[in-house]
Amino acid sequence: MGILEIDNVSLTIEDKKILDGLSIDLWEGHVHAVVGPNGAGKSTLAFTIMGLEGYRDIDGDIRYNGESITPLAVDERARRGITLAWQEPARYEGLSVASFIRAGAADADSDDIAEALEQVGLAPDEYMGRAVDDTLSGGERKKLELASILAMRPRLVMLDEPDSGIDVASLEKIFEGIDLLRSYGATVVLITHSMTVMQQAEHGFLLCGGQLVDKGRMETLLPYFEQECIPCGHKNVPDGGSDDGDE
Amino acid sequence: MEMNDLLQMARVDKALQDEDTAHLAINLNEVASKRLVPGLQVETEELDDGVAVDIVVEEDVQIDRRVHLCFGVTGEQAVQHIDMDVRLEPNASISVLSHCMFPRAVDVEHVMDARISVGENASYRYDEKHIHSEEGGIAVYPSAEVELAPHARFATVFELIQGRVGVLDIDYGITGREHSTLEMMSKVSGRHKDSIKINERGDLVGEGARGVLNSRVAVRDEATAEVYNKLRATAPYARGHVDCKEIIKDNGRATAIPIVEVSHPLAHVTHEAAIGSVDTKQLQTLMARGLDEDQATERIIEGLLS
Repeated sequence: MGILEIDNVSLTIEDKKILDGLSIDLWEGHVHAVVGPNGAGKSTLAFTIMGLEGYRDIDGDIRYNGESITPLAVDERARRGITLAWQEPARYEGLSVASFIRAGAADADSDDIAEALEQVGLAPDEYMGRAVDDTLSGGERKKLELASILAMRPRLVMLDEPDSGIDVASLEKIFEGIDLLRSYGATVVLITHSMTVMQQAEHGFLLCGGQLVDKGRMETLLPYFEQECIPCGHKNVPDGGSDDGDE
Repeated sequence: MEMNDLLQMARVDKALQDEDTAHLAINLNEVASKRLVPGLQVETEELDDGVAVDIVVEEDVQIDRRVHLCFGVTGEQAVQHIDMDVRLEPNASISVLSHCMFPRAVDVEHVMDARISVGENASYRYDEKHIHSEEGGIAVYPSAEVELAPHARFATVFELIQGRVGVLDIDYGITGREHSTLEMMSKVSGRHKDSIKINERGDLVGEGARGVLNSRVAVRDEATAEVYNKLRATAPYARGHVDCKEIIKDNGRATAIPIVEVSHPLAHVTHEAAIGSVDTKQLQTLMARGLDEDQATERIIEGLLS
């Protein structure tokens, strides 16, 4: 039994089927990649697992450690150890970095926060007193969001397009963060269409048009994705419906 | 409750013991204590319902340490009227932290009428922090007319840091001459049946004058907020911006009326106003860390008002 079982899940939004009969098991402590081109339903799957507003009215069931979490709200899922990092992290006027990180780690003291910042390559002296607002670049907010997740110590974390807006040097820090999560025993799900990011995963699930096309170890899935999906001219918008990716 | 209790509550008691830090502490209509530093003149007159205060910062005097003004009402019922004249002579500089403390208010009215003149190339910073009772039995009416001479600078921040708003009616008008700068910020969070009115006006009448009017307001329950920001630019190269953000929750009601008026082709004023519930993505990010909806909303509002 996996830590998370997605059992024949379908999601329809505004009469468009975005996820179509998906069944996926995630293995505890492993790094997984959900791959596929834009519009395949990757982010939608992550939002559905997290139970975000607008993504909870599903057919099928999602079980976490054997318990159905389908009826649970976002915060209830989070308190069970599930969390999500957005492709485009939110901005908060005036909210301090420390307060943002403590949202998921209420007992974190300033040393814990400094450690989390250092783990993602943000100098605590420079960032501790700042706000999570638009004075931070997209890449800085991306790293800060990962720092907040490291401080939270979740059991299952989904990272939506973790390389989006990140320069090459910073990407190494993101990958180090993924390794840290793995070392904590967390189960990681990378939502991506980047070959570089996919290579961080052990297992992969290939989505196309909201359906599971293939799954397996990444070393076998990667060549298939590279040879079949990248050159494919198929317009990957599920039923012509919602676009994939962040809001 | 004594005045010292209020000062401890505002965490200003130790600062007031510092011999190099100027202060004026007023309890209802009595001057409780006063300390001056060179170049700072403060005259007071005790009135039936308050105190008249006359403050002068002498020419070329820069007061390094922040000056504390403390206005307190220790009782449950009172009217306190502060009539204040402030004059900064040319090249003077002062930063004032004003503590307005009404922690037991059941039926208290605090009225502040100020006339402020900031001389040429002088700088006046005025931060006002309020502590109110949890009952909301307080009505606060701060009003000021501010005149900025050429190259003068004025910045003010109004904050409620503890307790309920009750009734708040801010009325500030500022006129800025050549190359002066003005900046006003009000941060208030209302609940229950609190009533918030903010009326801020800036007149940029001098060439190159600059002005920013900011408001950050949150209203919950049945609280209401009305924010009127008017910024007028009538001189070449005058620049201004009006920025109002209001978050509503429950049955809170908010109004924002930003008015920008430009009557010179080389002047430029912008505005933005946003009223609404808490942003969904902000909320869901914090909920995905384990905060429930109310906790996440509170954290977002705390940030906005910080």
